[in-house]
Amino acid sequence: MDANNKMNKPHEPQVPDGSPNIQSFIQIQALSKEFNGFKAIDQVNLNIHKGELFAILGGSGCGKSTLLRMLAGLETPSSGKIILDGEDITDWPAYERPINMMFQSYALFPHMTVEKNVAYGLQKEKIPQSEIDQRVKKMLDLVQLSDFGKRKPDRLSGGEKQRVALARALIKNPKLLLLDEPLAALDKKLREQTQFELINLQEELGVTFIVVTHDQEEAMTLASRIAVMKAGKFVQIGSPTEIYEYPKNRFVADFFGTINIFDAIVIDQDDAQITATFDQSELILKAYTHNTTNIGDKVGIAVRPEKISISKDLPVDANITISKGIVWDLAYYGNHSIYRVKTESGRIVQVSTQNHKRSSEHLVEWNDEVYLSWEQNSSIVLLD
Amino acid sequence: MANPRQALGDLLWRRIVIVLPYLWLVLFFLVPFAIVFKISFSDPIVAQPPFTPLFDQSQNFLNWFQGSLNNYLFLLEDNLYWVSYLRSIKVAFISTIFCLLLGYPMAYYIAQSPPTKRNVLLMLIILPFWTSFLLRVYAWMGILSTNGIINSMFLWTGIIDEPIQMLYTNFAVYLGIVYTYLPFMILPLYANLERLDLNLHDAAADLGGKPLQVFRDITLPVSLPGIIAGSLLVFIPAMGEFVIPALLGGLDSLMIGRTLYDEFFVNRDWPLASAVATILLLILVLPMVFFQRTQAKSVEENS
Ligand SMILES: Nc1ncnc2c1ncn2[C@@H]1O[C@H](COP(=O)(O)OP(=O)(O)O)[C@@H](O)[C@H]1O
Ligand SMILES: [Mg+2]
Repeated sequence: MDANNKMNKPHEPQVPDGSPNIQSFIQIQALSKEFNGFKAIDQVNLNIHKGELFAILGGSGCGKSTLLRMLAGLETPSSGKIILDGEDITDWPAYERPINMMFQSYALFPHMTVEKNVAYGLQKEKIPQSEIDQRVKKMLDLVQLSDFGKRKPDRLSGGEKQRVALARALIKNPKLLLLDEPLAALDKKLREQTQFELINLQEELGVTFIVVTHDQEEAMTLASRIAVMKAGKFVQIGSPTEIYEYPKNRFVADFFGTINIFDAIVIDQDDAQITATFDQSELILKAYTHNTTNIGDKVGIAVRPEKISISKDLPVDANITISKGIVWDLAYYGNHSIYRVKTESGRIVQVSTQNHKRSSEHLVEWNDEVYLSWEQNSSIVLLD
Repeated sequence: MANPRQALGDLLWRRIVIVLPYLWLVLFFLVPFAIVFKISFSDPIVAQPPFTPLFDQSQNFLNWFQGSLNNYLFLLEDNLYWVSYLRSIKVAFISTIFCLLLGYPMAYYIAQSPPTKRNVLLMLIILPFWTSFLLRVYAWMGILSTNGIINSMFLWTGIIDEPIQMLYTNFAVYLGIVYTYLPFMILPLYANLERLDLNLHDAAADLGGKPLQVFRDITLPVSLPGIIAGSLLVFIPAMGEFVIPALLGGLDSLMIGRTLYDEFFVNRDWPLASAVATILLLILVLPMVFFQRTQAKSVEENS
């Protein structure tokens, strides 16, 4: 499937920068990278706009670092083109590209002080020392490391190292900043705080960022658009909402949070609405899709846990799907609760509810017989 | 903690482990050196042992001291010793440079090779040690002599009309030393370069460093400890080298090792030989002490 071809689906919100554009700031065209016959990156196309904070999301080993390294000029593409600001930079050496990278392990120079690390990029540009000193000082102020200038990297904490790496990559005012898992080495609390600092910094400087991460929450928090990657290919590109609400296939649906997927068979398609059966008509599922399906096709009908309502009484509404089951498992998390309900066919469906009222967790109890219901347009049809 | 007796045993054991290397150094380095040092202040006599007694109760301390600086004063007078020392420093220094120039690219190449290939290459570096050092030096004599392999081949192909004198020259001495001590340069360098984070190179290139600049700014300074270790391992033994200049060098290739040998075994002047050895040790140890000092200072400044 072509990841960019996501236009004209009526129920998908049209994000202005969701479609490819000839004039895009960065254009990656049919880019591939092979390592001894193994395709680490396979025919990737991507357009990124100026000033965008773009995230590339994928599991370990799917080719994220390889893609970034090709953009930085540290890896030679097997085929394809990279165009930055109207110039074909595919064959430019790394040291000439107006692109800087923040490395996964930070790669701080161990024999240089923080100041010298940050100054390195400017020194290579033959800038007068007085200007270098001034810009280094400003940059260290920006990342709140003014007091650490004389220290060597081995005497810094993880968060401080991360900020040095960021300062070092930003000081040359690159047209594009690449960040390879910038927060992966930080602990959870620091990571959440740093996410927002990163967003603020990006907005302040207006530099185009490409962030690589394997953490879907991080991608959703940081980025205006996300590309989901699997085995060297983009599976889907879109805004966080688009990808969460309208995942293109099972892989994306599964990757982004929890989702219930029913393996169903199409029994009817009427315009955009398909009707499918799950477990020999035990459950009739209705959903909207613009893909044409045939009767008898196997599809996945997916519903997010928070889109499902749980009640003891049979809900009355024509436009909803209803299933019956008993509460198998129940977990109370303070602000929300998670129920695992076993339907009559033996399938476990996960439901999450917000706990608006204090005693709401007592409404439904273990082993209660309950009805699950959701609206037709909450379900997603997954073809593969 | 609960068992005080066991804790005491642990402590004792730890003490022993710490003390053992010191004991080794004292027994096999400090004591022999103290003896040599003492001998260097005595006078040679025809006797067994061939020097005046180490402790002479009849003389007081002052007399003993005055009477025996002679050996050191003699070293200053006769320029044979100065020439030998300087030649040794020069030969050891130049050999170290050549070992570094040859060894660095080799160590780098080995360190960047895939693991299986790496082990084979390391094996090849270590392999020569399996034959006797003396045998290998003799083999060089066979290769370099006027009717040796190289000259025979050149004569046969007609590149030269008469054999080149290679054996018994300075060239042969350098060749022998570089050949012998190259592994001592490569191994510590390899150990250092193997741990080199290649991301550092990428980061430097990404920030605008051209390949040669990356080498100068990153690779070289990061591998400096390996360079120093390798250079010391080559320089120190090369400085006192005796066999190679004796077998491969000419009459003008006098190094301090040979002079030392001659004083001990030809002239049987043990006190003078001891003085030569003491000075040799000082020449080797003082720069290292100085280096350690500056190193410690720069570490302090950083913290
Ligand atoms: N230099 C290389 N030689 C051979 N294979 C490589 C090389 N670099 C990466 N790979 C392979 O390419 C795939 C993608 O790697 P990478 O881009 O580092 O993944 P990610 O960053 O997404 O975890 C992996 O299977 C990895 O083993
Ligand atoms: Mg990676």
